[in-house]
Amino acid sequence: MAKVIIYPTNSLILSDMVERFGHEPLAMMEKIKEIINTVGVDSPPLNITPEGPKHGLKYAAVEVPAGVRGRMSLIGPMIDLAEAGIIVGDSSISFGCMGCARTNELTKFLIREKDIPILEIQYPHTEEEGQDFVYKIAEFLKSLPSGSDEK
Amino acid sequence: MAEETEDNITKIVVISSDSILPTDAAMKVYESEDSITIKETCFGTMVNGPREAVLKVVETLRSMDRNHIFVKERGFKPGAEVRCRAGRGGGPRPGFHFLREEVNMLPMIGRALDKYEAGEPLEEHEAPKKLDISKLKKIIDSEL
Repeated sequence: MAKVIIYPTNSLILSDMVERFGHEPLAMMEKIKEIINTVGVDSPPLNITPEGPKHGLKYAAVEVPAGVRGRMSLIGPMIDLAEAGIIVGDSSISFGCMGCARTNELTKFLIREKDIPILEIQYPHTEEEGQDFVYKIAEFLKSLPSGSDEK
Repeated sequence: MAEETEDNITKIVVISSDSILPTDAAMKVYESEDSITIKETCFGTMVNGPREAVLKVVETLRSMDRNHIFVKERGFKPGAEVRCRAGRGGGPRPGFHFLREEVNMLPMIGRALDKYEAGEPLEEHEAPKKLDISKLKKIIDSEL
C-alpha cells in the first residue's frame, strides 16, 4: 500500500479512487481532523493556529504571506510522507481551504520536486475525458508497489 | 466541541446511483449494530463513530453499488459548531462548493468505472484544441 498525495488535497473523487485501488490517500481532511481533535487552548478548535505559520517556515520563506505558510504547515508534512502523487489541474473549484493560488502553486511545485511517481491530468468535462481520467488514474494506481485490483 | 477520547472518524458517503437512494443507504446504516451516528444529507450520508465500525458500515454501503457510491473522510464530525449551518445562520458550509462541483462529475466517473471494470478498452479521442488567434480575429471581424 503506497501513500498517495492528491491534489486538490480535499478531493472526493481522488480520495475515493486511491482508496478504491488499495492505497492510502494523503488528504487534507485527515490533517484537519488531527488538528481539531488535539488538546489546545482554542475553543472552538481552529484548523489553523498562530503556530501554523511557524511550522510552515520549513516549506516557505519568512517573507511568504502567513496564510501560505499556515496552509503549508498542513500540506507540507503530507508531501514529506508521500510515496506517489496525483495532480489534477484545470480545477475551477479550488474553493475554501483550497482557495489560495500561491499555496496551490507551491504544493504542486513541491510534489513535482520530490522523486516520486506522479500522474498529472486535467479534470474531465466530457464523457470521453471522464473515461480517460478514470483509466489513467486506475492504471497509475495499479502500477504503484503493492497496488491491488479494485477491492 | 468535546474532546474525542477514542479513535473516532467521520466519512462522507456520496450516492450517485440510479438504483440506490440516500434513504436506502441510511436504512442500511440503521440496520447496523455498531455504535455509530449518521446524518442524512442531500447527497448521501455522513457516518461518525469508532474507526472499525465506520469502515465496516462504509464497506457495506459501498457494496450496494460499488461504482456509484463514493466515500471520503471528513475532518469535522456532523453538527460540529464551527461548520454546521444551524449555528451559523444558514448558507452553504465551507467545503460544500467543492463537494457540489465534484458531485456533478460523479455520474460520468461512475460510468467510466463500470467500463473499466468490464475491461472495455479506452477509446482514443482527440482533445478539443484551443481556438486559434487568427480564427478568433476572423470571427470578431465578421461580426463587425
